[in-house]
Amino acid sequence: MIVDYNAEPLVQVKDLCKYFQVGRHATLKAVDGVSFNIYKGETVGLVGESGCGKSTAGRCLIRLYEPTSGQVIYDGKDITKLTKAEQKEFCHRVQMIFQNPYASLNPRMTVKEIVGEGLKLQGKSNAEIEAKVEELLARVGLNKDHMSRFPHEFSGGQRQRIGIARALSVDPEFIICDEPISALDVSIQAQVLNMLNELQDELGLTYLFIAHDLSVVKYLSERVVVMYLGTIVEMADSEELYANPMHPYTKALLSSIPEADPDKAKANRRIPIKGEIPSPINPKNCCRFANRCEYATERCHNEMPAAREVSPGHIVACHLMDEQ
Amino acid sequence: MASKKETILELKNVVYSFKTYGGEVKAVRDVSFDVRAGEVLGIVGESGCGKSVTAQCILRLNPEPPGFFEGGEIYYKGKDILKMSNKEIREIRGGEIGFVFQDPMTSLNPTMKVGKQIMEVFVGREGYSKEEVKAKALEIMKLVGISDSEKRFNQYPHELSGGMKQRIMIAIALVSRPSVIICDEPTTSLDVTIEAQILELLLELKEKLGTSIIMITHDLGVIAKICDRVVVMYGGKVVEKGTVREIYYQTAHPYTSGLMHSIARLETNRGEKLSPIEGTPPDLFSPPIGCPFAARCDYCMDVCNQIPPEEYKLSDEHTTRCWLQHSMAPVTEFKRTKGEVK
Repeated sequence: MIVDYNAEPLVQVKDLCKYFQVGRHATLKAVDGVSFNIYKGETVGLVGESGCGKSTAGRCLIRLYEPTSGQVIYDGKDITKLTKAEQKEFCHRVQMIFQNPYASLNPRMTVKEIVGEGLKLQGKSNAEIEAKVEELLARVGLNKDHMSRFPHEFSGGQRQRIGIARALSVDPEFIICDEPISALDVSIQAQVLNMLNELQDELGLTYLFIAHDLSVVKYLSERVVVMYLGTIVEMADSEELYANPMHPYTKALLSSIPEADPDKAKANRRIPIKGEIPSPINPKNCCRFANRCEYATERCHNEMPAAREVSPGHIVACHLMDEQ
Repeated sequence: MASKKETILELKNVVYSFKTYGGEVKAVRDVSFDVRAGEVLGIVGESGCGKSVTAQCILRLNPEPPGFFEGGEIYYKGKDILKMSNKEIREIRGGEIGFVFQDPMTSLNPTMKVGKQIMEVFVGREGYSKEEVKAKALEIMKLVGISDSEKRFNQYPHELSGGMKQRIMIAIALVSRPSVIICDEPTTSLDVTIEAQILELLLELKEKLGTSIIMITHDLGVIAKICDRVVVMYGGKVVEKGTVREIYYQTAHPYTSGLMHSIARLETNRGEKLSPIEGTPPDLFSPPIGCPFAARCDYCMDVCNQIPPEEYKLSDEHTTRCWLQHSMAPVTEFKRTKGEVK
């Protein structure tokens, strides 16, 4: 599908913040000033290590969390200021696929009830629901005998298919995939990835693909956003980002990917990255990566770097870019 | 080279099952391999293929009942572990063979300081004074890259990050200087940057201490990075084994090939279709009579469903269990990673 980048973006995230109060003087800044756009028909990958705020950002986009500040504009409307009727329509246009297929399906509902719940809320009749569920199951590679079964009767890959069928049931145009394959076995992951690709081609879906696996994100996405501790460190076209990473964190992250080829894996020198991801509780107002970065200067420890466009579409938030 | 090294641990035709209400689960079916001094042996396979059970068999860690050995022998330095008394096996556990578990968050005791958990290995062992043991613990903590070890010694697991906890687990496994450590998916729950740190640490420790490592994982990237030899398991059986180069560049089993080409790699282009292995792994309550992979195999022949394939030797190290290697089988080429076996 050809993406029109000159058109109005489908989703505009502007300076999104989500803080959690975790004590009287402690604020966990899960997402802190994140801005990006998603255009119709494209797949945007959102990557980062655990605790970087990628899932929280995804959940803010679908209003599972109420953003602390900032805006999420979907198709021209701010989603936090929707009326009841608009809210209902929004739910039909945006859906989510969750990470854990074992926890995200109600064990007391049959597959038909799970997949048909959204349709029921749309006021469809029983016969309509039945027909639609059957069609959806066929689409995700299950058959109608599965309709009356319960989630525990399925394997992980099949459950994820049920989750996908549920997301598709209301004919959405935008789907947030929150690590949809990380709980699955290697040989099953490819089945689900292929299916997501096919569905996008057939239905013209737009995806926000949240993952920590950089190879998978590269395979699926047109553009990639890299997050670190609540902030965006780099954002670019996926080819560009993998060929020419600019931010020290992105470089280190890319060099850490274990490659499934002994010669390459042994030749590949990892760019060392010291220590571990620090706590997002009351972070200092400076570059979040400064204490792990080998190029960090005085300025990095005192000032938050602004996002700047180094080449068309390639945005980096790093003080080093100013000096070059 | 590797072939001249002395064998430390040897598994011969191990069969291990569990009795459950649903019937007998045949988790490990006729598994044989050996571990040599100073090498890293990888065991790779999907969940449920029996790789963890095999590893736990070596130290007899599976609860019995419901688990039981149906047959086989496990030799550690010439002695059969399965014939040892409980007292003898206790000496081996932690002392001679260390074990690093998958999830550092749940396998450390949350109510005990980490230093004490490292020292616990020596409880009941004679000939060590308290000071000696503490000194050993602090030394090993430094060795696994824990800075500020005096302070960390008195901390509880919840005060440490995931990577730090995994380092503590490795310290526990290494403190009595075992000759083999078994790592059961040690990096699966960690982030890529931390994973890389832990893998490098393991390699460094192997060089320093000469410990052999058994690396259990489902990640072919991890295998490629650190292993010398690889055992590929599927449906409770070993389907292929060989040196890491042979496994990647001269793949001789359709399952191994499928596993390697179903993953998205960095060089996979967008839009290019992945080739997944269709279907699901076999049910081990009633394992298939023939080849366990037959139902999902693209090259399946009639014989595959009826008779389990015998082991074919392709080189000194490289063996595979696949009927395609039979002299009467059609010649097939499956996808392999490009590269040379040196």
